Parts: sequence; structure tokens; C-alpha cells
Amino acid sequence: MTMSQEKKRDLKKVGRRDEASASPNPETVEKGKKMKENIDKLLDEIDEVLEENAEEFVKNYVQKGGE
Amino acid sequence: MTPRILGTETEFGVAVKDAGVQDPVSNAILLVNSVAAVPSRTTLWDYENENPLVDARGFEVEGEKERPAPDYNRLLNKLLGNGGRLYVDGAHPEYATPECTRIADVVRYEKAGERIVEACRMGADRTSGDRRFVIYKNNTDGKGNSYGYHENYLVSRSVPFMRFATHLTPFFVTRQIFAGAGKVGAENRADSAPYQMSQRADFFEVLVDLNTMVKRPIINTRDEPHADPAKYRRLHVIVGDANMSEVTTYLKLGVTALVVSMIEEGYMVKEPKLADAVRSIKDVSRDLTLKQPIALDDGRQWTAVQVQEYYLETAHRYCAERGADPETKDILARWERVLRLLASDPSQLSREIDWVIKQDLLQSYIDRKGCDWDDPRVAMMDLQYHDLRPEKGLFATLDKGGYVDRLVDPNTIDEALTAPPTDTRAYFRGRCLQKFPDRVYAASWASILFDVGQAVVKRIPLNEPARGTKALVGALLDESDTVEALVSRLSA
Repeated sequence: MTMSQEKKRDLKKVGRRDEASASPNPETVEKGKKMKENIDKLLDEIDEVLEENAEEFVKNYVQKGGE
Repeated sequence: MTPRILGTETEFGVAVKDAGVQDPVSNAILLVNSVAAVPSRTTLWDYENENPLVDARGFEVEGEKERPAPDYNRLLNKLLGNGGRLYVDGAHPEYATPECTRIADVVRYEKAGERIVEACRMGADRTSGDRRFVIYKNNTDGKGNSYGYHENYLVSRSVPFMRFATHLTPFFVTRQIFAGAGKVGAENRADSAPYQMSQRADFFEVLVDLNTMVKRPIINTRDEPHADPAKYRRLHVIVGDANMSEVTTYLKLGVTALVVSMIEEGYMVKEPKLADAVRSIKDVSRDLTLKQPIALDDGRQWTAVQVQEYYLETAHRYCAERGADPETKDILARWERVLRLLASDPSQLSREIDWVIKQDLLQSYIDRKGCDWDDPRVAMMDLQYHDLRPEKGLFATLDKGGYVDRLVDPNTIDEALTAPPTDTRAYFRGRCLQKFPDRVYAASWASILFDVGQAVVKRIPLNEPARGTKALVGALLDESDTVEALVSRLSA
């Protein structure tokens, strides 16, 4: 992922994208950093909660068709 | 506009951590019977008027009607104080919301159902060893086995069924662009895809039919109104995904209800007909750019967004001419905005629309790990997005972190665990179950049967879903201290 894609997502995720789309001033840069941290935090959390042995777990998940 | 009666049914997927010990049917029975609180554990489900074998095209197919003996009936069915039903459907736990008229109420009751089923899981884990079950609100195991999510819209019997079938088909084929729950991979012999919008699209093989389990149809013809059959049909919509996002559920139901009203009142006349709906439903699900055109039967090529825009334009005209309540206006505005963003930059919907939320999350993970869409961890995330456990579910994690938009106040979801909606017959059902738990011998969508002593049962038909409301029977219920008093006042 390129930096610009990353930035776009970060802005989008945390909202207030209308304010943040202007030229980079120190405040915006600071905000961007915070957003990047948020995404990192989220992905860290996901690493923590994701079922262990994903391959085995997914393989064993077999349901009867329903309805 | 007269209020539309509607509700949803969700079948849940169940993973068992020490697999192989029990069969899926016993697991579903254990889960349903682990329900935390119900008014009565002895009330039966009344199957008297149920017949899923009647086809809306005017015939009845051969088959066995479900009529379980009382003890088994109690194992399979839990009648909820909120007017809904928790039950075992085949090999899955299933929750049906009570009948509602407001879309936001259906969202609330559907979310309450997730909590009720999650509480069942906790109960089952307590009674049978530690942390055994995991429950998913999704629609597929990723191996070609699908379980359903059904929407129900009560409509007038006077409108020919095939009018709904005709006008709803292009709508349903394209609705997944904002209603899809997202899926990694393809199944059921459909063309491969790293990621697609819909959990269910791969499973639709025919246009119109009565089946729901094999050769699934885009339009289901089950004619079981659960109401006065001379006046009503119940459109049984099986084509949709179960959604995690409140906003997605709200849009899916709200827009569909609006389109149903337009069809009922004759507003849909010249909408595009698809050349091959069964093919297109899979193509649309795979076109994450939303730029690929769909072939129409007159040779034109429209994108899915353009098809939806046709319905949207008609809806604007319909609402301008017929008037719209605030909720419908809100739905119309959201629908318009979502279609605009889908056409320009779908990634802007990563707080609102399930398939975009999931795609965004999975893509971020893939970028960080440097892995690909076929990595088992990505498949795990796809499944775990739908995990009902608040500490494990990925949608729940996004929700907790404030990464997704909500629609309803969480406190009102708490209320919906036990309190029925006030504006349909679900109010009467829920209140009776709560006030006279030991005297309700059986109930169903369209009936309530009181035990009036000496082995006599008094059956009260509930054939008018818009009656039995708080406005109509609230005072009557408040003032009746006994079933006898209630029955005699109802008969008066």
C-alpha cells in the first residue's frame, strides 16, 4: 500500500476528512500520525483476538446447509 | 402510507471446539435450551396453521409438515417475551424478530437476537465444559453449505405474486452492492474470486421457486402468510445476507420495504429487465469496482448502480406523490448518498456498509502481514467478523473502537431483549407470555392458546398483524388480572 492510500484510509476511518484534506500543516500531520496509530492499534488487537491455528479452525468449520 | 408489517429470521452458524462429540442438531437444541430468560419453558409453538409447502403460484407440493410431539416441540421452540421466537431449524439455532412496523425497530430486535443467542452460547458453555461453542451470524461455511437469513414483508393478497417477482428481481440482483456482508473466495462451483460483496450470491441457481435449501431461487414462492390468507401474503425474501452493521441492515430492509410499497401501488412499470439474473447476481457480487455493466434483455448495458438508481428515482416520485414518514425520508436520503459513493469511491463507506467495512479491514491486515487473500488468517478473519462474542468478534472489535457507525441507541437494544414492539400483534403475544406465563399453552405468529383449565384450551386467532397493539389492547391487558378475565373481555 502506498503512503497516500494509507493516509486516505486513516483519514477516512477516523472521520473529519473534509477538514483534513487541505495542505499539510503541523496539526494535520499530528492528526495523521494519531490515525496511523489507531489503525496499528486495531490491527494489534486483531492479532490478539484472532483464533489460533486459523488454517485448522477454518478447515474444521463445516455446517449443514440450512433454511 | 400504511405501516408495513415486517421482520427477519436469522440462522446462525455454530463451531464446536471439541468437534466430533455431538451432532449439529443436538448442539442446536442445547444452545436454544440454554436461553437465559424466557417467560415460560413449557409453552408450545402452535404449528396448526403452518404450511411451507404452498406455492404462491397456486399449487401445493408434496411433503411432510412439521408437527413435533409436545416434548420435542418444547425442546425446539422458545417463545420470547419480546414477541420473537428462538428455535431449532434443521441443524441451526434460529431467531425470528417480532413483527415490527418501523425499520429501526427491526434493527433493534435483530441486534437483541444476537445478544440472546450469544447468551445461549455462554449458558451452553457453562453446562458443558469451558468455551466450547462459537456462534456466527453469517451465511456460509465457505465450503458450499449455506444457511439463511430471511426477510418478511406483509403485502396485500390483491397484488398478483408474479408482479412482485418481476419487479423485485433486478432490485435483488443489484441490492447486494449496499446490502452484502462480504465474503472471501467463491463456492458452489461459481467462478473464483478473491473477495466478493455477498455471502449468498454463489448459492442462487434459479429465478423463481419454492425451495430454500437446494437449487435456491432469487424469488422464493413460499405462500405462508401467518395472517388472514384472504387479505395478505408474506413475501419471504431469502436472497439476502445476514448483516453485522446496523446501518447496512437498516438500509437493506428500509429500501426493500419502500420498493415493495412501490410495486404494491403500481409505481414500478418500466424498470430494466435483466437478460440473465442468475448469472448477474454472481457477476455483481464480484465487481468490487462497481463499473462492470449488466446485460439487460433489450440489449442495453447498465451498471448495478444504474439499476438501483432507476428504483431510487421511482422512489423519489413515489414519496413526493404519496408522502413519506420521517424514517422513509431518512432511508431515501441515505440510499441516494450510498449509491453516489458506490459509483465514485466505495471505500468511503467503510464505516457503514458491511462488505466495505470487511474489505477495508482485511486489506489493512493483508498489507501489514504482506500476505494474500488466500491466506488462512484472512479466511479466519472473514469468519470471525461475524463471531457474536463481544471480546472475539471482529465486527464487535471495530464497533468497540468506534470504527463503525451505529444506528440505534444500545440501551434500546437492551429493552428489546424483553419488551415487545408496541405497534403490532407482537405486543399482545409478548405481554400475554409475560403476564400469564403458566397459562399460555401455545402460541404462534397468528394464534395464542390459553389453558383455561380442565384440559380445555381457548384459541385466540391473531390473523391481523396490525392489531393487538398497545393502543388497542394495552389497557385491556393492564386491567385483566386473570386469563379468564382477559378471555371474557376479548370475547365481549
